[in-house]
Amino acid sequence: MCTHGGGAELLFNGVKKHHVTLPSQSEPWDMKQLLVWIQRNLLKERPELFVQGDSVRPGILVLINDADWELMGELDYQLQDQDNVVFISTLHGG
Amino acid sequence: MLLCQVDFLPQWRRAAQKCVCTWRSCEVLACLQWLCSHPVPVSFRLCFKDFFIHKFKAVLGKNRIIFPGEKVLLAVSGGPSSCSMLRQVQEGLSQKANKKLRFVPGVAFIDEGAAIGQSVEERQRTVAELQAVFQATGFPFYILPLEQVLDLPASVVATNPSPSEQPASAYKAAVHHFVETDGSNFPRPQEPKKTLLPRVQESHTLMLQQLLGSVKTLTAREELLNTLRQHLLVHTARTEGYSKLMLGDSCTRLAVKLLTSISLGRGAQLAQDTGFSDSRYGDIILVRPMRDYSAKEVAYYNHLFTVPYVVIPSVDTKTVDKASIQRLTESFVTKLQTDFPSTVSTIYRLTSEKLQTACRKRSGADGCDRCLLCLCSLDTAVGESLTHTGVTVHITVLHFSFIYKQGCT
Repeated sequence: MCTHGGGAELLFNGVKKHHVTLPSQSEPWDMKQLLVWIQRNLLKERPELFVQGDSVRPGILVLINDADWELMGELDYQLQDQDNVVFISTLHGG
Repeated sequence: MLLCQVDFLPQWRRAAQKCVCTWRSCEVLACLQWLCSHPVPVSFRLCFKDFFIHKFKAVLGKNRIIFPGEKVLLAVSGGPSSCSMLRQVQEGLSQKANKKLRFVPGVAFIDEGAAIGQSVEERQRTVAELQAVFQATGFPFYILPLEQVLDLPASVVATNPSPSEQPASAYKAAVHHFVETDGSNFPRPQEPKKTLLPRVQESHTLMLQQLLGSVKTLTAREELLNTLRQHLLVHTARTEGYSKLMLGDSCTRLAVKLLTSISLGRGAQLAQDTGFSDSRYGDIILVRPMRDYSAKEVAYYNHLFTVPYVVIPSVDTKTVDKASIQRLTESFVTKLQTDFPSTVSTIYRLTSEKLQTACRKRSGADGCDRCLLCLCSLDTAVGESLTHTGVTVHITVLHFSFIYKQGCT
């Protein structure tokens, strides 16, 4: 499941939660591939406000199963079934 | 041996505190890495929650600026930081014994839909969502359309006499008295009145939009909005009998504001713009209790403990990096923070707190000229501010090198 919050949902037509089933492939999906998939399939506008290069734009907090993705290996983390990924924009709002 | 492989509750308390402060402690990282193969344990959540609440009370207790029974108006924009502040006040008031917060809160929300061209229906939807959040707290709340700023009296841009300076011992005596009498002599929290959503005349909306539209740059528009917002909040605090106004600016936001203010020529007013307390209005003191929390901490807390907040677009939503000085500075700081995680805390601690001490000494002289809009003392003296020069030059060099780099790519 992919959830967007903190203002990030504005780039996804206001939709906060997405139940995502990724197409099966020989190698396990990692976060880098997930970001590419999100950009292609879910992101509705202004990709540069969500993704920067290979990673997310600075200021977007990524939580995998409620833990900071920096502790999980960031882009190299291999996704498992039923993983919950949350993207929260920390730039918007005070 | 990892701390977490032992009976970890007391150690977790210490580790959680370190984690929240730095996000970089190696011990904590190692522990969390082990734990993250499991769901985040309840014990860690509770440690984090305890520490988060403790920090809020500690900053108020350390500064001793809000006296028991005092009426404090919380400025809530609906965003994550101010809603988190609202939750901290709720938590702080609900706990027992001598660590309980002792002031009487009210909540103010400014509906700025006119500034971003929202329709009446969109504005009503947002207000209704927030009204539900405020009603759940049980505090009195005020929904203020920004258009009301057009009807404010001229007295809002006047510094009223501040109450006489209380000696340091007065705070302790007040707390002691409050605890002894169990708060029975102090104002009780008011029951929230059934507030109808204020009606806004279309002519007022148009007038406000014309005013904002007449400002040529987004930078100036954001500054003007900030000023209008503050005037409306101060006026509301005065008319409703509040003596303190709590703002929800986080550490990250204040670090950005600090650098932005320097770029905007507000170097002499940094202490008031970013310090814990701001007494420019005299009778109403602005306080910033969220200044020790980074935006990341706030976001994490809000997520873990489902703090409700409403995302409301602002004038700079979805704009490019160079749309305004504020946006450019925010981009600069957040990008630097990714590779150098001490950026925000360095800007905030080394500059903000040092400047505050120096400015206090200088602002003793009264009767000095003040800016009509922001009510800060005008910095027209020549040959002063040598203590600030080094900091100002250093940060400006970094800022311009970033702008130059952006321009080249």
